[in-house]
Amino acid sequence: MDGAGDGAVDGVGADLGAGRWDDAMLSASLFAVASNDIGGIHVRARPGPVRNAWLDLVRDLVPENITFYRLPLGITADRLLGGIDLAATLSQGRPIFEQGVLARADGGVLVAPMAERMNEETVSNLARALDTQQIVIERDGVSDTAASRLAIIAIDEAAEPDECPPSMLLDRLALTIDLEGISIHDMVSGLGDPGDVADAIRRMENASINDEELEALSSIALSMGIHSLRPVIHASVIARAHAALASRDIVEPDDIIVAARLVLAPKATMWPSAPQEEEPQDATPPEPEQSDQENDEPDDPSKDLSDIDKPLEDVVLEAIVAAMPDDVLAHLRSSNAGAIRGGRDGRAGATQVSKTRGRPAGTRRGARIHGQRMNILETLRASAPWQRLRGGDPAAGNLKVLAEDFRFNRYKNKTETTTIFVVDASGSSALNRLAEIKGAVELLLADCYVRRDEVSLIAFRGTSAEMILPPTRSLLRAKKELAGLPGGGGTPLASGLDSALALAEGVKSKGRTPVIVVMTDGGANVGRDGQGGRSQAAVDAASAARMIRATGVSSILIDTAKRPHPQSKDVADEMGALYIPLPRADAKRVADTVNVAVAERVQI
Amino acid sequence: MRVSYPFSAIVGQDEMKLALMIAACDPGIGGVLVFGDRGTGKSTGVRALASLLPTMNVVGNCRYNCDPENVSPTCPDCNAPDREPGKAKKVSVPVVDLPLGATEDRVVGALDIERALAHGEKVFEPGLLAQANRGFLYIDEVNLLEDHLVDLLLDVAASGENIVEREGLSIRHNARFVLVGSGNPEEGELRPQLLDRFGLSVDVSTPKEPKQRIEIMRRRDEFDRDPSAFVQAWKRKDGALRGKITKAQNALGAVELSDEMLEMISALCIALGTDGLRGELTMIRTARAIAALAGASDVTKKHLYTAAPVALRHRLRRDPLDDAGSAIRVERAAQEILG
Repeated sequence: MDGAGDGAVDGVGADLGAGRWDDAMLSASLFAVASNDIGGIHVRARPGPVRNAWLDLVRDLVPENITFYRLPLGITADRLLGGIDLAATLSQGRPIFEQGVLARADGGVLVAPMAERMNEETVSNLARALDTQQIVIERDGVSDTAASRLAIIAIDEAAEPDECPPSMLLDRLALTIDLEGISIHDMVSGLGDPGDVADAIRRMENASINDEELEALSSIALSMGIHSLRPVIHASVIARAHAALASRDIVEPDDIIVAARLVLAPKATMWPSAPQEEEPQDATPPEPEQSDQENDEPDDPSKDLSDIDKPLEDVVLEAIVAAMPDDVLAHLRSSNAGAIRGGRDGRAGATQVSKTRGRPAGTRRGARIHGQRMNILETLRASAPWQRLRGGDPAAGNLKVLAEDFRFNRYKNKTETTTIFVVDASGSSALNRLAEIKGAVELLLADCYVRRDEVSLIAFRGTSAEMILPPTRSLLRAKKELAGLPGGGGTPLASGLDSALALAEGVKSKGRTPVIVVMTDGGANVGRDGQGGRSQAAVDAASAARMIRATGVSSILIDTAKRPHPQSKDVADEMGALYIPLPRADAKRVADTVNVAVAERVQI
Repeated sequence: MRVSYPFSAIVGQDEMKLALMIAACDPGIGGVLVFGDRGTGKSTGVRALASLLPTMNVVGNCRYNCDPENVSPTCPDCNAPDREPGKAKKVSVPVVDLPLGATEDRVVGALDIERALAHGEKVFEPGLLAQANRGFLYIDEVNLLEDHLVDLLLDVAASGENIVEREGLSIRHNARFVLVGSGNPEEGELRPQLLDRFGLSVDVSTPKEPKQRIEIMRRRDEFDRDPSAFVQAWKRKDGALRGKITKAQNALGAVELSDEMLEMISALCIALGTDGLRGELTMIRTARAIAALAGASDVTKKHLYTAAPVALRHRLRRDPLDDAGSAIRVERAAQEILG
């Protein structure tokens, strides 16, 4: 059962890996053809032979004059945009500017490993280069504009489902491929031909796409919840590139299907044809080994184009559904996580207390603190007025710099906290409490932006816990996500605490300080296994609480019961949490209490 | 230097275009904030503004864009002791792009280190704030800008003057500019102090109408293939808009605003609970500019209707528990009061 031209798949049944590899190969060719106009490609892949093989193939496919640059992780703005060349500046006694990576990579391909850890500033600069094809430099006394036409290969090595590159970047990259779960045996389909790519590049100039096809792409994007027009424009380019690869000058439905599948589907935030989103059977953050369960028999990916009467849009949607069978939901869910989480600062480093990292915030003078970086330009500036008095002669390379001239970069320490609300959404009082919590979350967010803090919300009810609001700083997003918060059912406190801890660990790994705020009004009555029963539930809750204490995450427990419950106090003690009984809490009081308590807890 | 997308070729986004034209017409309006989702053409719109602005007269050898008719008494160039006054020249109104990652020395200006080292001279090298004087200063991703730079910009924008005290230099110069900021609210909120400083604010979103979406894509594609030909094709339309702005600038002073309209503006601001007088003053200026752009001699209710959302939406006291968007609240109040 050969999928219409989509590569040979043999034996027991086409499996996920081979399908992914076919897509990866096709995407590599399309990338090579259209690299100038599509921003780049988002590659989900951890290091390994598959990834290396794919990168090598892309290198072979692109025209020879295109150079690849590697973007070092955690690159500073002066290396990215350009800055003072230390050695040359000191030897010549005048500031010598050195080009940054973005200017040097002009006309080439920029490979960004660990894109999920890329910091905000780098992302914005890349985004601007992609948008304007140039960079504007206003730093270290230099004012300049440099061309920077790039294609980016953003390699996403995220291990956790909630990690992914910021959406500010992903929105600008046309293609997405997933190399996870591909084994060497899957890598059957071979390489496109560099000659074909070169032909296609020439042909693409004239490849045309008609209005009906553009409209189909546009409305498919809308029905998938993609509001930005950028992906749609990219999809139209990919459709033309695909036509050109097939030696055609006119885009056909086939090209539209490929474009929608490779460009739009991975960015979908909702799925149009599915009438009922499948109830997540497992509401705790998805397990990483999910892909193992997805080896069911896939549908035949052949596209049924016989019924011409249907609008192109429907034909395309059907074809996409057929081509990405069981993978779809999991895929969507993970891209959902990306869409929701997007724009977050994925910066690395847990060493926030250090004085040598973080966002630059001006300079300071004075004695050197070990490990601090000197700001050469500011130091030279400080010394410049004194050269004559000191008998220096900069023109002759004789510069007198004294200790008092030293200027050091000052960095703003990131002490941003992420407040994780763990809310008991069980039982009859849930609705009231949830309304309060929603209000409190929004109130907290309303002044969070001053401190650049984040808030997140996990609700537990029934048999499990569910992430309602991934960590965010955006009031807007919080409102969207909190709109339909369900309530009722049992009290699986242990699951709630486990989820909170997992999230807190993730938050920590991004260099933020997590604070867990548990709000409950009574005892746990559902254990970790989802079974009812107070005693086991209490044991599980206690052990989950101890785990939180063991990892040193600060926590607060707010008891909202009418009469403070001894069991809640016990859990708070196990957790090392601050225990605050707050019967009849309203949104304002919850917010105020949390504000004060968090401030106290976070002080280190 | 890459040409920017022509302003008149932007499909839809009428409110953003209007707000930018109002600011071009009356630079005293206090800046424009453009907030919206990804891929809605925010920065395209602002960067396109540059090609639309009329020219202005500056003193030829003044790096602070002094007006020959009205030389600033503090201008370091024009008031230098041994200086020949330069010939006046016409330049286009500057739109200075403040890149994320700009350093403080380039923003405010600093000691010219080369001259200091080579000649022992203490000379000030002006920064972006000097370049932006009498023009526009654009900050993309304004909500991501370093806090210390934001504070600095706020201070300068409010006082119209840049005061530099560093490296033994003591310099002050005019820095009057229209602050234009854009950003995506999903990336993070803007500090309220900053929000309030902007005269006008616009929310942009992606058009949903299929024909419009296709038109956007077609034009974008055409521009990407051959930018200069595309700009050439839209030159006349941009020229017409420029003419409209120049005409409105001249007519602005003569636009009448009746007491009745003034009362309505007050009532509107009270109904919306906007803090202080700033809302009312901005409403007045905005309505005038809208009337001038429309070629009207009097401000009418229609102009107030158009002005209210852009001038007031970001001044409402934040009520996190009210789910209605601020635009809707402004519209409701406008309907009630303007009838």
